[in-house]
Amino acid sequence: MRIEKRLQPSRTMVLMSPVLALVLTLLTGAALFKLLGHPAGLSLYNYFINPISDWYGVSELLVKVTPLLLCAIGLMLCFKGKVWNIGAEGQFIFAALISGYVSLQLLQAEGFWVLPVIILSGALAGMAWAGVAALLKTHFGASEILTTIMLNYIALNLLLWGVHGPLKDPDGYNFPESALFTDQTLLPLLSEDYRVTVAIYIALFMLAVVWFVLSKTLFGFQIRVLGESARAANFVGYNSKLLIWMLLLFSGAMAGVAAVSEVNGPVGQLIPTLNLGYGYAAIIVVFMGRMHPVGILIASFLLGLTYVGGEMVQIEQGMPKSIVGLFQGMLLFFLLACDLLIHYRLVLPNSAIPSFSSRRSKQVVS
Amino acid sequence: MRLELLGLSKRYPGCVANDAVSLKVEPGEIHAILGENGAGKSTLMKMIYGVVKPDDGQMMWNNKEVEIKGPAHARQLGMGMVFQHFSLFETLTVTENIALYLEPSEVSSMAALRQHIEAVAQEYGLAINPDRKVGSLSVGEQQRVEIIRCLIQDIKLLILDEPTAVLTPAEADHLIQVLKQLASKGCSILFISHKLHEVNALCDRATVLRAGKVTGSCVPRETSPADMARLMLGDELTLTETFTGGKTADLLLQLKQIEVAPNDLFAIHLRDINLNLHRGEIVGLAGVAGNGQDELVDLLNGEIAANAGQMTLSGQSITPLSVQQRRRLGMAVVPADRIGRGAVGTMNLTENNLLTASITHGTKGGLINWQAVSQRTKQIIQRYKVKTTGEHEQADSLSGGNLQKFILGREIEQAPQVLICFHPTWGVDVGAANLIHQQLIALRDQGAAILVLSEDLDELYLLADRLGALCAGQLSPVIAKDEVSLEQLGQWMAGQFDSKETSHAH
Repeated sequence: MRIEKRLQPSRTMVLMSPVLALVLTLLTGAALFKLLGHPAGLSLYNYFINPISDWYGVSELLVKVTPLLLCAIGLMLCFKGKVWNIGAEGQFIFAALISGYVSLQLLQAEGFWVLPVIILSGALAGMAWAGVAALLKTHFGASEILTTIMLNYIALNLLLWGVHGPLKDPDGYNFPESALFTDQTLLPLLSEDYRVTVAIYIALFMLAVVWFVLSKTLFGFQIRVLGESARAANFVGYNSKLLIWMLLLFSGAMAGVAAVSEVNGPVGQLIPTLNLGYGYAAIIVVFMGRMHPVGILIASFLLGLTYVGGEMVQIEQGMPKSIVGLFQGMLLFFLLACDLLIHYRLVLPNSAIPSFSSRRSKQVVS
Repeated sequence: MRLELLGLSKRYPGCVANDAVSLKVEPGEIHAILGENGAGKSTLMKMIYGVVKPDDGQMMWNNKEVEIKGPAHARQLGMGMVFQHFSLFETLTVTENIALYLEPSEVSSMAALRQHIEAVAQEYGLAINPDRKVGSLSVGEQQRVEIIRCLIQDIKLLILDEPTAVLTPAEADHLIQVLKQLASKGCSILFISHKLHEVNALCDRATVLRAGKVTGSCVPRETSPADMARLMLGDELTLTETFTGGKTADLLLQLKQIEVAPNDLFAIHLRDINLNLHRGEIVGLAGVAGNGQDELVDLLNGEIAANAGQMTLSGQSITPLSVQQRRRLGMAVVPADRIGRGAVGTMNLTENNLLTASITHGTKGGLINWQAVSQRTKQIIQRYKVKTTGEHEQADSLSGGNLQKFILGREIEQAPQVLICFHPTWGVDVGAANLIHQQLIALRDQGAAILVLSEDLDELYLLADRLGALCAGQLSPVIAKDEVSLEQLGQWMAGQFDSKETSHAH
C-alpha cells in the first residue's frame, strides 16, 4: 500500500476538511464515552450543547475565545510566512509573568495610563520572548520549531519561580500565588454579570487589521511570498530576515496581549496553573480555520467550546481533566488525516489500474 | 519489433496529454519524438518507462504485450531513461550514485561495480572518474553518469529527454557519437529534442506530436528542418530567421573589475569581470552551465555582493544597492528557474505579476490595487499569447514555455532600461521562442540594454549585437557578432581567450 499525490485536490474538500474532522471527533468521542460507561448522547450534550445553553454559558465561551483568538491571530500571520512559531504558549507565560509583575507594582496607581502600560508591558514581554527565537533563527539558522518549544518550558519554569519566590503574596499563607490585582489593574468587564472583558474587542479589532494586511497590503503579500517560496522572495529582494523578525515579534506581541487578557481579566492574579494550553490550542485554531481570518474566528469558538465543555463534563459527570486535551488532540489528528487524504490518495497493492481515479491523480513516488 | 505502442492515452484534469498515440521502434533504431512544449512528449516517455500509467492502450515489448508496473519493472525489461532533470545525489560519489540506482542483488561489491563502471565508460568513451563526488562534476559529466547508469545493465532501449539542452556543441557532438555507437550494437533509442538539426543528423525516424496526438512521422535525413517545424507547429506559423542589428547609443550599465568570491562549495569564483552595456544593444554571453552564469545573474540582480570592483548604471554607482533599489532604477532580471525564483508556483498569475511589478504599478503607499494588477496581467496574457485559462490560474499549472512567456512579458511591460535574461528560451518550443525573440528585439529597439545568457548558440547569434563567453568565472572579450566565428566562440567557452584584455569598449 502506498500513497500518491492527487493532481488537483478538491477545493471544496479543502474547505470542508475541518467540518469532517469535527464530525469524526464527535463520533469517536461518542464511542469513547460509551466505552467509559457514560451515556454517549448525554455526554456529548453536556460537552457541546449544555455549556452554551444560556447567556452565562455563552459569556464563559467568550472568556476562552479571547486569548485563543489573540494567540491565533499572531500565529496565522507566522504560518502564512511558514515561520513555525510553536511558542505562543511560552510567549503567553513569559508575558503573564512580566505584565503580572508590572500590575503588582501598579496596584495602588491611579490614572487612565495604568491599563495601557500593563497591556504594553505584556506585548513587549511576548515580543522579547519571541525575539529570542527570531535571533536564533536569523543569526544562527536554528529551527524556530525547536527553539520556540524549548522556550515554552523555560518560560513555564520562570513563572513557577516567580510565584514561588519574589512575586508570592506576602499575606497569602505561603500559597504559590501573587497578591490579587486591584480594580484599576483589571480590564473593564463588558457587563457586571459576566466575566468577559474589553479584550475581546482588541481581539476582533486585530483580526480585522490582520485581514486587511494580508489581503490589501504589499507587506501581507510579501509574507505570503516568503511562505510559498523563500527563493522567489530572495530573488525579488524581499528582506526575509526582517520579515521573520516582524512575524515572530508580532505573534509574540499578540500572545502577550492574550496573557494580559487572561491574567488581568478572569484570573486576576498570577497563579502557577495559568497555562491552560491556549498557545498550543491556538495552533489548532489556525489550521482548523484554514489560515483565514473568518475561519479562525469560527475555529476559536470551537476550541473555546472544548475548554468550557470539558469543564462541564468534569462537573456534571465526574470525567477526568484530561478530557479537554483528548478532544483537542482528536480534532487535530482528524484534521491532519483528512488533509492528507484530500491531497493524497491511497493505492492498494495489486489493484488494477483504476481508470476512474487515476485521471485525478499522478504518481509522485516511483 | 523492439517496442510498439498501440493507442496509448493519458488524460489529466482539463487536458488530454496523450490521445491514442501509436508508434513502432525497431532494434537499433534511433527514433526522435518531436513536438512543442506541452505536446505530450514527456508524458509519453514516462508511460513507456512506467512512471505514469496509461488510461488506455497497449504496449508491446519484443512482440509481447506488457504492462509496465513501474520504473524498476521497466529496468528489468532492459529499458533505461535519462530525465531532463538529473536525479543524482551531489554529495555522493559516482559509484555510490550508480549503486543506489541498482537492485541490491545487482551490486556484489562496490569495487566490482567500480570496475564495471570504468569498463562501460571505456567502451563508450564516456570519460568519468568513479570516485568523484557528483556535486563537483560539470553538467555534461553528470549527464554521463546518468547515461552510464543506464548502460551498466544489458540495455535494449534508452530514452533521453532533451539530452543536449545542457551541453556545449562539442559535448553534444560527442553524445551523438555515443548514441550512434550504442545503436549500432542493437540498442534502440528514443530521443526527445527541440533542436531539429540534431534530429536531422542523428535519427532514423521521427514521430511528431501535437496536442497529444501523432500528427505525422518522417525520416529526418530526407526532411528539412523547416518541414519538420511545420509538422510540429502546423502551417500558421512563420519563423523570423534574422533580425537587423540594434542602434547602439550611450553607455548604460558598466561592470569594472568585478570580483565575487564563492560563498559555498559549488559556487564559481567570478574574477576581473569587465562588461559594458549600451542602450539599444543586446549582448550575448555563451558558456556551459556552471561557469559563473548563476553568480553573474545573482550579482547583477543584487542578491550577492561583489568583493571588489564597481557597478554603475548611467554613471551612478549601484554596487551597494539592494534588489528592490536596482529595480526601481530600471533594472530587471529574468532568472533561469521559472518556478521557485521567477514565479511562485502556488500563486496565481495576477499575484505573480505583482511579484516584480509592484515596483512600477499596482501599489500605492504599501497598499495593493488588485484591480490594476489584474488588468495588467490580462494585458500580458493577451500580448504575449500566454496559453492559460485566465489571470487566476496558478503558475505551476502552466507549461514551461507559457510561463516563460508570461515572466518575460511581465518584465518587458515594466519597460526596464536594462534587462538581464538568463536562458530566455530554455525548453521553450520553436513558436514561443520566436515570439520571445521578437519581444526582446522590440525592447532593444525602444532603447533598452539587454544581456542574454544562453547555452543555445543559434539563439545568441540570432539576437546579439555583441558576443562573448563565460568560462570558469572569467569573461572573454565581448566583440561584434560578425567578428566572432563559431570556432572562436567555442574556444572562448573552453577558456582560451586570445588576449589578456577581457572587454572592449564598443
